Amino acid sequence: MAILVDKSTKVICQGITGSQGTFHTKQAKAYGTKIVGGVTPGKGGSTHPDPELADVPMFDTVAEAREATGADATSIYVPPPFAADAILEAIDAGFPFIVAITEGIPVLDMVKVKRALQGSGSRLLGPNCPGVLTPNQCKIGIMPGNIFKAGRVGIVSRSGTLTYEAVKQTSDAGLGQSTAVGIGGDPVKGLEFIEVLEMFLADPETDSIIMIGEIGGSAEEDAAEFIKSEAKKGRSKPMAGFIAGATAPPGRRMGHAGAIISGGKGKAEDKFEAMRSAGIAIAPSPAALGTTLMDVLKSQTRHAKLAE
Amino acid sequence: MNIHEHQAKELLHQFGIPTPKGFAAFSVREAGEATQQLSGPIYVVKAQIHAGGRGKGKFKEASAGEKGGVRLAKSRAEVQTFAEQMLGATLVTVQTGPDGKAVNRLYVTEGVEIERELYLSALIDRTTSRVAFVASAEGGMDIEKVAHETPEKIISVTIDPASGYMPFHGRRIAFALGLKGKQVGQCVKLVGDLYNLVLAKDMSMLEINPLITTKDGQLSCLDAKMSFDSNALYRHPDIVEMRDLSEEDPAEVEASKYDLSYVKLDGTIGCMVNGAGLAMATMDIIKLYGAEPANFLDVGGGATKEKVQAAFKIILSDPAVKGILVNIFGGIMRCDIIAEGVVAAAREMGITVPLVVRLEGTNVELGKKIMAESGLKIVPADDLDDAARKITAAVKEAG
Repeated sequence: MAILVDKSTKVICQGITGSQGTFHTKQAKAYGTKIVGGVTPGKGGSTHPDPELADVPMFDTVAEAREATGADATSIYVPPPFAADAILEAIDAGFPFIVAITEGIPVLDMVKVKRALQGSGSRLLGPNCPGVLTPNQCKIGIMPGNIFKAGRVGIVSRSGTLTYEAVKQTSDAGLGQSTAVGIGGDPVKGLEFIEVLEMFLADPETDSIIMIGEIGGSAEEDAAEFIKSEAKKGRSKPMAGFIAGATAPPGRRMGHAGAIISGGKGKAEDKFEAMRSAGIAIAPSPAALGTTLMDVLKSQTRHAKLAE
Repeated sequence: MNIHEHQAKELLHQFGIPTPKGFAAFSVREAGEATQQLSGPIYVVKAQIHAGGRGKGKFKEASAGEKGGVRLAKSRAEVQTFAEQMLGATLVTVQTGPDGKAVNRLYVTEGVEIERELYLSALIDRTTSRVAFVASAEGGMDIEKVAHETPEKIISVTIDPASGYMPFHGRRIAFALGLKGKQVGQCVKLVGDLYNLVLAKDMSMLEINPLITTKDGQLSCLDAKMSFDSNALYRHPDIVEMRDLSEEDPAEVEASKYDLSYVKLDGTIGCMVNGAGLAMATMDIIKLYGAEPANFLDVGGGATKEKVQAAFKIILSDPAVKGILVNIFGGIMRCDIIAEGVVAAAREMGITVPLVVRLEGTNVELGKKIMAESGLKIVPADDLDDAARKITAAVKEAG
């Protein structure tokens, strides 16, 4: 089924009457996603003002929406001051999969959310992320559906627009994607690289993986370590990767909260080195994600033929 | 967002956390007055800038004297002499860069007799997704150096947000710092109060370096550095009021008004990109083609005409800029609308340096057409690689 979402995934939207929620839910619906409900407190039972969403049932609470629709995923477009509350409500309602698109949630709010996720049955993607898309099946979030092509490359990225680069380049190369996952750049978030990589390694419909990181933190090093130890157990798939920010000066925050080299940690070169040592092919340029993966796949085919 | 030491001390005071008594002074007169409310005979005059290493710093001006940004004075007259020398002068420390920072305010505190210098900080630990305290008996030092050379001298204690702060957290820190007797209890209270302060004000970083024990056995925060989560400032108007714009880069302040994220760099190619990751990747690829980026600039999700215009203005305010690369992966944003914004802004700004624009998203062809028919010298690019090649070549040719 690719990973996280497919054509059977039933999705609701929290904050469906806001401008972002309205716009992106329409886009998701047009892409073919099963949008089964929306939540805006106080608007339960009413009809969405946008004619394209008039057939989407509206609810006051997330628990009601889940009970009435049997939805198994929720997308959150609630503004930052209320977003942690919205995520916690979704955890409380027992949603197995929660995608928080909202950018700008206070990090201490996320510290609470992260604690609430422990021991719950919920998986959180984001916040401050572009979401997840399985081509021709399901799109949750803000990724542009038109650049995707059904295929067998799994993409996981900390950066939104760089995810699109990887998607477009693999589409142009004729490879296509199984699923693309944008985990977001916030320091405290739901799914990390390792959890998504684990899913891709386990997914029979994913043959190869592109991983895109950024400077700051040590998630890429941890992911590389994971890939290395899985490979020792005989679990591996061809991988290509890139880290944005090799030219960023230390101590300066580049955009969102995550991207900062501090105390000599989080440097691009260390991350490249960690990935290389895990057998991940590093794209020499962000424009060469697709071609780098192609080269890896070709050389593997060659090796396989030689082995025969 | 960062604040000054005297503001940080005021917050500590509000939360009942011990610090040496002190007053902010914006003039020589205020510095003198401060001494009247402090018990002498030793006073400390501290330059207030948003950078560390003040004590070992040097003033640029000879008139400011040989001493650094933290000076011990033995009388009111000496406090005033130091204030006279330091106010308006430029202090250069390891953290300010060679240009240094102008000292516009001072903090005058009472002198304390230091027995031991310790280190204590709080931050959001990404690995555990919790608030973590970092403590070391090696205070007053560069903690990163300690972490690198003698990591065993540093302990980290994370606080479970479900239980909140518990006395054992404080005891672990106290014993790791080698505190004894009554100081253990003092430390348990102090760390708990600091934790409450971190939560109450949405701090992203708090550093007490040094935390000291005095000769009479008391714990006290001799210095304090605080940073606040910019995402949470909406709920802290009191913190927002403490912002000192003179400590920030004017172009970055201007950018933040338009919700643009801008960082000035040293190269010649101005960049306007949507998304932080793609913006960094664009800088990286410019370098691969042998040039240097003049800035990091993330226009965020909606590249409206007003935003694009503001972004051009900020990029062009840097005289080193010899060419501009616009790289927008619009996704679901329509390229024709972005193109209109770029054309209108370029026309109004009268841009004379080479301008290469790479657009991706829906209505790409229409967007390219709008730029081609604008009569402006906008060079369209097909992809990231093409864009980087074209702008570096254009700048080389022009230069």
